[in-house]
Order: sequence, then C-alpha cells, then structure tokens
Amino acid sequence: MSTTEPAATPEPRPAPRSPGPVDGPEGATASPRRLARQRRRRALARFWRDYRANRAGLFGLAGLALFVLVALAAPWLVQPADLSVTRAPGLPYQPPSLDYPLGTDNFGRSVLDLVIWGSRVSLLVGFLATLVSVTLGALIGIIAGHFGGATGTVLMRVTDWFLVLPTLVLAIALATVLSRSVFTIILAIGVTAWPTTARLVRAQTLAVEARPYIERARALGGGHLHIMMRHVLPNVMPLVLAQTTLLVASSIIMESTLAFLGLGDPTTVSWGGVLQDARNAGAVSSGVWWYLLPPGLAIALVALSFTLCGRALEGVLNPRLRDRS
Amino acid sequence: MTGTQAPVTAAAGSAPDRGGEGRPGRGKALRYIAGRLLTSLLSLVAVMFTAFFLFRILPGDPVRAMTEGRSVSVEQMEELRRQFGLDKPLPQQFVDYCLGLLRFDLGVSYQYRVPVVELIADRLWPTVLLSGTGTLLAALLGLWLGTRSAWRRGSVSDRVNSGVALTLWSVPTFWFGLILIVLLASGADLFPTGGMMTPGTTGAVAVTLDVAHHMVLPVATMVAVLYAQYLMIMRSSLLDEMGGDYLVTARAKGLRDALVLRRHAVPNALLPAVTLIFLNIGLVASGAILVETVFSWPGLGTLFYEALSVPDLPLVQALFIFFSAAVILMNLVADLVYPLLDPRVRS
Repeated sequence: MSTTEPAATPEPRPAPRSPGPVDGPEGATASPRRLARQRRRRALARFWRDYRANRAGLFGLAGLALFVLVALAAPWLVQPADLSVTRAPGLPYQPPSLDYPLGTDNFGRSVLDLVIWGSRVSLLVGFLATLVSVTLGALIGIIAGHFGGATGTVLMRVTDWFLVLPTLVLAIALATVLSRSVFTIILAIGVTAWPTTARLVRAQTLAVEARPYIERARALGGGHLHIMMRHVLPNVMPLVLAQTTLLVASSIIMESTLAFLGLGDPTTVSWGGVLQDARNAGAVSSGVWWYLLPPGLAIALVALSFTLCGRALEGVLNPRLRDRS
Repeated sequence: MTGTQAPVTAAAGSAPDRGGEGRPGRGKALRYIAGRLLTSLLSLVAVMFTAFFLFRILPGDPVRAMTEGRSVSVEQMEELRRQFGLDKPLPQQFVDYCLGLLRFDLGVSYQYRVPVVELIADRLWPTVLLSGTGTLLAALLGLWLGTRSAWRRGSVSDRVNSGVALTLWSVPTFWFGLILIVLLASGADLFPTGGMMTPGTTGAVAVTLDVAHHMVLPVATMVAVLYAQYLMIMRSSLLDEMGGDYLVTARAKGLRDALVLRRHAVPNALLPAVTLIFLNIGLVASGAILVETVFSWPGLGTLFYEALSVPDLPLVQALFIFFSAAVILMNLVADLVYPLLDPRVRS
C-alpha cells in the first residue's frame, strides 16, 4: 500500500486538535483538552437545536423513552409469577376489565403483563442484534474503504453477495440450524443485516480519506490502525448512528417475525411469541382481538419510534436531506 | 456454459441499434454484460455452497426428527438413512449434491417422498400470482402517491401520505394479516379466512372469481406493507429532480403544471424506483412467506414454513437456493436493463 510514503506536499492547514487562533478568542489561553471539550459541547448543542426542529423526530424520541422505561421497570410492574402458564391469576379469555386492562389470554394471564414483559426481550434483541450488525458492518466498511485494492474488492464482493441474499430466508435458515435461544435470534439478525451498513461506511470512509488531514496524519507517521480509529471512525460515527436507529426498528420487526414463525426461544415472553401463542390458541378465528391487538401495536409503535428518530438524525446529519422533509 | 452464452449474443445484438455507436461501444457493452453474467454466476455458486454447509451443520438427526412419534426399528432407520444418502461421508455427500445440482436434482423431500423440484414447480404459480399482484399494485400505488407527495411537498396531503406510509411500514406483515382476518374474515365474514379457492368450485369464471375473492386480503396485506418504500423512493427522487433547470425551461415554454410533471419530471425520477421494482421482483418468491403462512395460501412460502417445522432438509435447502437464485437473476436483469433505460449509465 502507498500509505506509508511521505506526503508530496506538506499540509499547511492546522490540525483539528491544535490550540490556535482558529478556535476563537479564548483559544490562546485554554488547554487543548478544554478546547476540544468546548467544541464538542457546542457541536452537541447545535445538533440538538437542529434535531428539535423535527417534530416527528421528537415524537419518536418520546415513544422510545417510554418503551425503554417500561422495559427497565418491568420487574416492578409485573410479578413474574403471574406469567406462569399453570398458575395464571385469571380466567381464560376475559375481555378487558378493571382487573385486566387488556383482558386475559387462553391461560388466564393478563395480556398487559405479557406485553410489558415482552418489551424486554424485544428491545434487548433489537439493540444487541443491531450492535452485532453495525459493528460488523462498520468494521468491514472501514477496512474495505481504507485499504482498497484487492482487500477492498474482495470485502465488497462478499458484502454485495450478502446484500443479494433474501434477508428473511437467510435469518430463518440460521435460526433453524442453530439451537433455539435468544442468542441465536440475535446472531441470525445481526449476521444478515450488516451489508447496508458496510456499504454506507465504506462510501463515507472513502470521502473522509480524500481529505487533506488524513494525508497529514500519514505524513506524521500515523499507521493504518491509528488513521482508521482516530480519524476515520469519529467521522463515520454520526451516519452510523442514524443507520443504527433505523436498523433497530427492522431488527425488532425481524425478531417478532422469527418468533411468530416458531423459531424463537419458547421459554421467554416476546411480542412475536405472544402473537404466535395467540394464533395457535385460535384467537384469530374466535375473534379474541384483545389478545392479538396489543403486542402488534407495541411492535409497530416501537418500530415507528425508531424509524422517526433515525430519519430525523439523518436529516440533521445530512443537510441535503434536511430541506426535503 | 452454453446456456449462459445465448443471452450474451442476444443482448449484444440489440445494443448497436441504439444510436449506432459502432465497434468500440459494442465491445464495451459485451464486456459489461459478460462481467455481470460472471458475477451472477459466482453468486449462484456461492449460494449453492452455503446451502450445502448451512444445512449440514444442523444439530440433531433428521431421520429421528422425521420418524418422531412413530415406532420404527433400528433397521428401518438405517434404511431411511441409506435412502437419503445420509450414511455416506460428508465429502461424498458434497460431490453427490453438486452432481445433482447440475441435473436440477435437489433431492427427495423427507416429508412428501417426491423430488423437491416437482414440489417447487407445483407451488410456484400460486406464489407468483399472489406476490406478483401484490408487488404490482404496491408499486403503482406507491409511485402514484409518491409523485403526488413530492409535487405538493409540505402540504397536508404530503404529510398524511408520508405518515401513513411510515406507520404501515413499521407494522409487522403477519400481524396486519391477522388483524384483517379478525376484522373482515372471521368478524364481518366478508372474505374467506384462508386458502386459495373453495373446494368444489367449477367453471372458469366461477374459479377466477373465487380465487380473486380469496386473494383480496393477502394482496391487501402485501400492498399495505410494501407500498411505503416505493412512495419514499419516488418522493425523494422526484424532489431531487424538481430543482432541475430543464423544468424551468419546460415551464417557460408555457407547459401546464400537470404536463411538466408527467412528461419531464416523472420519467427522470422513475429510474431509482425501477431498480427497486426489479429487486422486489426477485424477492417475490420469498417475500410472501409470512403472508402465505397467515392466509394458508398454497404457495412456496407455506411450503417453506411447513418444511421448517419438520424439518424437511432437502426441501428447505432447495427453497433457500431457489429464493436466492430468484433475487440474483432479477439483479442481473436489472443490471442489464438499466443501461437501456438510462443513457447516462451507458457511457
């Protein structure tokens, strides 16, 4: 690679972190660390101001906060013993009442309890699967963008190939082949969802690496790892964040889909699993709407919240999109 | 190899007709087509390898799973193993698998005891009918609404349109289908709850009407979930075009607003949407897995779902290959058609 050769022309621009007059009047006396902190705080404030202007994004954020709070508070809201199939507290198929605000299921468990408890697995899988796929995608994207050449070509070929495979079919195949557990579901979603992130990150990496300060870092003797971690990654992160938020939405839908197809962990309560139970118990033909409606609405609301947040983030970070919505 | 040679010459034959580019253009087009064909072929081979190894690491004994609940002797199980070729060493199985693929022989279903290729051929048409109709309607609806949204951007109808589309996009497909069944099939009794036709229906007209009646809810489910992406892509690509100078020119010529939209803006904005349509045609085969399962539609999706619960390995494996091959093929078609539609890509 040509990365270690000295730069042809010395870079005249000051380094981003160097203390100097460019950083404003207080820059002359402040330490570099304090300056960096100040700059970061100002950037964050600006970011929040832009984000706040997007009303749909605020709705998404509120919905998200609500669901995360419910999932965290679930052990205090629900007695785990009430979720037992054999010692259910109520009678089967009770319509909504004061005791059971969302009615009861075929065993006599409160549907509200099931939905509250189910939010834990659904959100957990959503977040962890996204973490797996974003880490994988960012890693492959940065490496492919940074090294280019044969490495990049091979990595992008693999990415394209994964992109072509039908995600649902591959996730189903993986979930079938591995043993039934929450971990399997996370892996199946994570391994199938990374190619879009990889493409995005690679494109962004190429754009960042074309900038002069990367050349400067190289001229100063920065190695591959240093450039990728210290210079490229921080610049790629914001877009990855927006992509992550969108991915969580699809991961949660995918989790419920796999659970609905009977590929989830049968010992845990998740929204998709509740819907599968409802269908197997004949709730569809007997019209027990209170058993079917709440879990699906919960999935849709969470997915919508994440989608709205992701789009708002994209709008803030990509000004070309902003004047569009 | 002879099979892949034919489309090259066929497609190249039509290439020089446009604009009379002469020799150099033709060589370039040929190289482009050959490159795309080779990539697709590589993808296909990779899918076949994946399918083999993915379904061979399955923990558990397929023969035991297949005979669960029935009393079978050890000899009978050995016999079954021999029948399905599971007693051979893995490399031998792999060679057999590759040789079988070349003859379009993907094995015999554990469950039905017939070649899986026959099963797939049987169930293909219901799926094509259902998802084809769903994809077509979703694309038309999405493109139409997306165009309207972009043209009157920021208006109430734009905001309502985008909001409804995003909400439906967030809804899980299978749940939407279940709710439709509860409301309109088992509740209001307007539509059948599942299946493709009422047993005992005869006569071409009666059968067509009956199938159409059975199709309403599954197609509605597919359209509701799918149209959002067409709307969004059409909206954003038309918004990109709307700043174009050629639209100002068109207006300056005195063209009416509707004509500027229809003749000038939409044809240019349509290109990204066309790519999406091709990608989704490839997904037609697998996209219906959930809808078919919910509505017991006798297509490939239901077949896949049933095969999963056995698990009927040769069938799952064959469907995996089939679904992936469909996407790869349609990607190839999109790559080959795109330069014909967009002159900018051609050069």
